[in-house]
Amino acid sequence: MTASQKGKRSSRSRGDLVLKSVVGAAAIGVIALLAGLGIELAYSSRLSISTFGLSFIFGSTWAPIHSIYNAFPFLVGTLATSGIGLLLGVPMGLGIAIFLSENRRGGRALNTTLGSLVELLAAVPSVIYGLWGLFVLVPFMAHFVEPGLKSVLGFLPIFSGTPIGTDLLTAGVILAIMIIPTISAVSRDVLNAVPNSQREAMYSLGATDWEVIRKSVLPYARSGIFGAIILGLGRAVGETMAVTFVVGNNTNLPHSLLSPGYTLTSLIVNQLGATTDPLADAALVEVSLLLFLLALVINFVARGLVWRMTRKTKFRI
Amino acid sequence: MTTITVSGRRDSWRRTFDRLMKVLILLAVLVAIVPLVLVVGDVLLQGLPAISWDFLTKLPPSPCSVGQVGSQCTGGILNGIEGSLLMVGLATLVAVPIGIAAGVYFSEWPESRISFLSSFTNDVLAEFPTITIGVFIYVLVVVTTRSYSALAGAAALAIVMLPIVARTTEESLKIVPTSLREASMALGIPRWKTIFSVVISTGRAGLATGILLAIARAAGETAPLVVTALYSSYPPTLASVVPGRPTASVPYIIYNFGTAGYANWTTTAWGAALVLVTFMLVLNLAVKFFIGRKFSGARAEI
Repeated sequence: MTASQKGKRSSRSRGDLVLKSVVGAAAIGVIALLAGLGIELAYSSRLSISTFGLSFIFGSTWAPIHSIYNAFPFLVGTLATSGIGLLLGVPMGLGIAIFLSENRRGGRALNTTLGSLVELLAAVPSVIYGLWGLFVLVPFMAHFVEPGLKSVLGFLPIFSGTPIGTDLLTAGVILAIMIIPTISAVSRDVLNAVPNSQREAMYSLGATDWEVIRKSVLPYARSGIFGAIILGLGRAVGETMAVTFVVGNNTNLPHSLLSPGYTLTSLIVNQLGATTDPLADAALVEVSLLLFLLALVINFVARGLVWRMTRKTKFRI
Repeated sequence: MTTITVSGRRDSWRRTFDRLMKVLILLAVLVAIVPLVLVVGDVLLQGLPAISWDFLTKLPPSPCSVGQVGSQCTGGILNGIEGSLLMVGLATLVAVPIGIAAGVYFSEWPESRISFLSSFTNDVLAEFPTITIGVFIYVLVVVTTRSYSALAGAAALAIVMLPIVARTTEESLKIVPTSLREASMALGIPRWKTIFSVVISTGRAGLATGILLAIARAAGETAPLVVTALYSSYPPTLASVVPGRPTASVPYIIYNFGTAGYANWTTTAWGAALVLVTFMLVLNLAVKFFIGRKFSGARAEI
């Protein structure tokens, strides 16, 4: 299709030119949209940027009474909840992916059904995970998991405090549940892209199934799986509603995983537009700008990694 | 490379370890599936009691505590359903043509530099935290017009939908065989006509898939609507769009009523959740079983 049609009839080339310009404008529009997003966020947060400078990132005070707005507590909240989410979600998601791509028992039907089920669950809106988290997961964490953790690991400072259920730990658990479908779906596609000769070579040497997976399949798919994990991290960092329901909504710097906190996203959704202080609004837009930059870096890394692995297959994320 | 000739003991250890890892993987699958199934199960269990015809056709109830009865304690989510239909509808009108256009460019002019850059940007945009899109529209529309509005909500949803439509369009047009394009152009049909009448019409099932997936995604988006459309206890009117008034949506009702703490509002939130999940699952199943089957090439990632 690359052969350019240097038709003599001008009506033909004019039609081609019109179509190419129109769809090309849409494509440029996509680039302009992302660029505009970043520029607009930076511009609208100028008041906060000039007032607080770097202390916006490293200061731990969010005090509307004194008009001081620093975002460090929420950065901590985002990192802590996403960290827990990855810690719990990655092994599970990877387990599902390995099962879906390597399991040969139970026929194809089992794998495709399980795969579709997991994909459907990725489509459930986050507000529903939030509602479920508040009414089912929070009481479960407060009555069973957190008291248990405290009695065993209570000497660690990260498990100090009262187990109330609405805290960073619960938010991390709900994030884990939500990123499992992402990590497993992407990893499964990456594992499926590993050529069978890679497995057969190992089997022919008398390796067991696990040895084939561990020494032959996973190393081959390493960068793609890493990409899937980073993509999961991106979703965890950007996840808003589910976290807002269960994270506790507290602007103080969290001192343990059992203390209520805020993530960057839940702070924005709870406070933007709720204040009359223009500086507060600018600070909340700057929080969005932080989130924008974080998401940009995470997405670039993830996409680069997954692309390298699955470029030749039909799969794209 | 591990030893190939192994002693009996080492061999049996390898087999035991193999079995152990398989059990662990199976365990991971089971443990992961439990909460995922529980979420859907609980929504069904808690939501079903709220569902009735009135739930879809009445306005929300006043807050009531446990044990309080009266007609003011029951109601529905009509304002949310109409608001969601309005905003998702408007967003679809904007996002679908632009998304399809961009997708056509990615697929038909893949060698251009703009195509590569834009396609990459599109991927990034598809994974972007939707709250940042909400804040973008907040400063752009809500602050400028000094009002939350259905227009602002629809604009945010359109940005959420656009990359999904563009991506699925690209994927579905790319798998249209080159020979079909060549056959058409060999007949002297210009390229633009070939794209319309051969390429797009062959890939139309995939285009429909993309649109359905984008609608499903937009219908469940909450965070951008909280900062752009907010909430109203009444169904939307023309004034909700222009000049702009706060507008309710089903996901916002789940958020607002679910966190309020009144017994009957909690029930309303679960009911709204069931309505939303049903809508999403129907759309996704439609994609999977009716369109997706003919069209396995462009499985869209949501």
